[in-house]
Amino acid sequence: MTDTIWVYAELSDDKITTTSLEMLAKAGEVGKAEAILLGPASDDAVKTLAEHGASQIYRCADAVYRDYLTLPAAETVAGLIEEHKPAVMLFASSYAGRDLVANLSARLDCGAITDVGDFELKDGSVEATIPALGASYQNTTTLVNQGTKLLVVRPKSFEPKVNEQPLSIEEVPAASVEGLRKVHMKDRIAIKREGPSLEGAKIVISGGRGLKGEENFAMLKELADVLGGAVGASRAAVDAGWVPYAMQIGQTGKTVKPDVYFAIGISGAVQHLSGMKTAKYIITINKDPESPIFQYSDFGVVGDLFKVVPQLIEELKKRKGA
Amino acid sequence: MNIVVCGKVIPASTVTIEIDPNTKRMMRKGVPHELDPAAASAVEEGLRLTEKHGGAVTLVTMGTSDATIGIRNALAMGAASAVHILDDAVAGSDTLGTAKILAAAIKQQEFDLVICATESSDSYSGIVWGQIAYFLGIPPVTFAKEIAVEDRKITIKRQSEAGYDVVESSLPALVACSSGINEPRYPQLKGIMAAKKKEIKIYKAADLGLSPDDVGEKGAREKVLAIGRPPKRQAGKAVADEGEGGKQIAEFLAEIKVI
Repeated sequence: MTDTIWVYAELSDDKITTTSLEMLAKAGEVGKAEAILLGPASDDAVKTLAEHGASQIYRCADAVYRDYLTLPAAETVAGLIEEHKPAVMLFASSYAGRDLVANLSARLDCGAITDVGDFELKDGSVEATIPALGASYQNTTTLVNQGTKLLVVRPKSFEPKVNEQPLSIEEVPAASVEGLRKVHMKDRIAIKREGPSLEGAKIVISGGRGLKGEENFAMLKELADVLGGAVGASRAAVDAGWVPYAMQIGQTGKTVKPDVYFAIGISGAVQHLSGMKTAKYIITINKDPESPIFQYSDFGVVGDLFKVVPQLIEELKKRKGA
Repeated sequence: MNIVVCGKVIPASTVTIEIDPNTKRMMRKGVPHELDPAAASAVEEGLRLTEKHGGAVTLVTMGTSDATIGIRNALAMGAASAVHILDDAVAGSDTLGTAKILAAAIKQQEFDLVICATESSDSYSGIVWGQIAYFLGIPPVTFAKEIAVEDRKITIKRQSEAGYDVVESSLPALVACSSGINEPRYPQLKGIMAAKKKEIKIYKAADLGLSPDDVGEKGAREKVLAIGRPPKRQAGKAVADEGEGGKQIAEFLAEIKVI
């Protein structure tokens, strides 16, 4: 019997998120891929799911899922899980995905595995690979509950695949139980950004504790501008308040997979490595030759970043001009 | 406004944590501990809200006797009291078991708001807050980078991919705050002295009405099957900067055809 694997599909600017498509690709490899899509969405967004392998789409376009967080979606998904009993349900390690899994794992008393990098099904039980303690250990974890296994998947764990299925939609009724309209989404504020997004950038320049202060991130921005990249940061720099959380790369921040990753003044704490170690090339600048980050670098310079970075910027400008 | 802060006391950031190959758990026992910086931010947020609106902060934590130092730190920062679930029976709890225990302990307190960090700094599972909110039957407002309370309503700025969302809920509620939401205060001598007289209530799981089947290793849905080191990436070249470091990086970028 083929196992049914559900994917909780998410939207961003009325487009299905890349992570949703990545999960669909994996679901289709392991079993029969199906998707849940809640909230207002265009026909194109719905079609994208079928084009990427969803053989069945459960959907409800009601605005309650957009305007009220977590509780309406949890009510609907819990009902669908109890009715259809998929073997596995996948959620992105996103804000909405984590909110939803947290609620469902308690409501269904089934637990969940978070931070999943890969998984397989063996006789109905799931074996998930997760990096415990950042990247220095990895473990294989299973869930021993009866029924559906909930997994929270790291972005960029799988490659999205075009695998067109006939469009098959089942409309589900909107959650209408009393008391679900509690966490009210009042406004969405977009902060204007120049240059590529961190997740999409081919080149990422990250700074850590070695940057010594907020003002020195301007130097990384200049390097990013010269190379057409984006600026990220380690948790140390975020916790110090130098840059916002949105720039944090690592296990509790963003996962990036650029062509070139610059780790500047970053020691390479395990929690940071798990967010960037799959970059094609890693370039490191650090004054401490013992920093673990050098174990992961393709090219490293042991030296003072305040000398090396300006020289690099100058050299790049020179070569550009030539 | 009474606030419960849920937070963890964890091995100090200077400690390299090893994993016991038999139990497959982190070897936390006996190493220096500290209040998780993420929990310290949650305590700070609680203190700021009670300073503005009145009321008191209670820290609720679960852990071994090593946790005491971190609990004292939270009390020295200004928390009024603490609840410590100290019980060998809870060892090996997964997120679900942990949330059941913490929720049961929180139910014994008077609270208008529960504050958690989005994730702890040692295990990062990052869903316990949502499970606690479910067991308490209160709405979860999460990924907060700014919190305001007014007229029995909490309004937060919630992290989003594009910037932030403005999200509102009535109280009682649970809020999960992001790392870096504030700069936690350092305990002052007066606070450290006062902390010595503050109450730390100790509970066992059974005191909270929990069955041993629900918590600890027995109650865990998650089971670690194997643990090991991931394949290492091949380390490349490293050079000491002798005045040409920046140029050498540019040369490397040219070699890999990025410029």
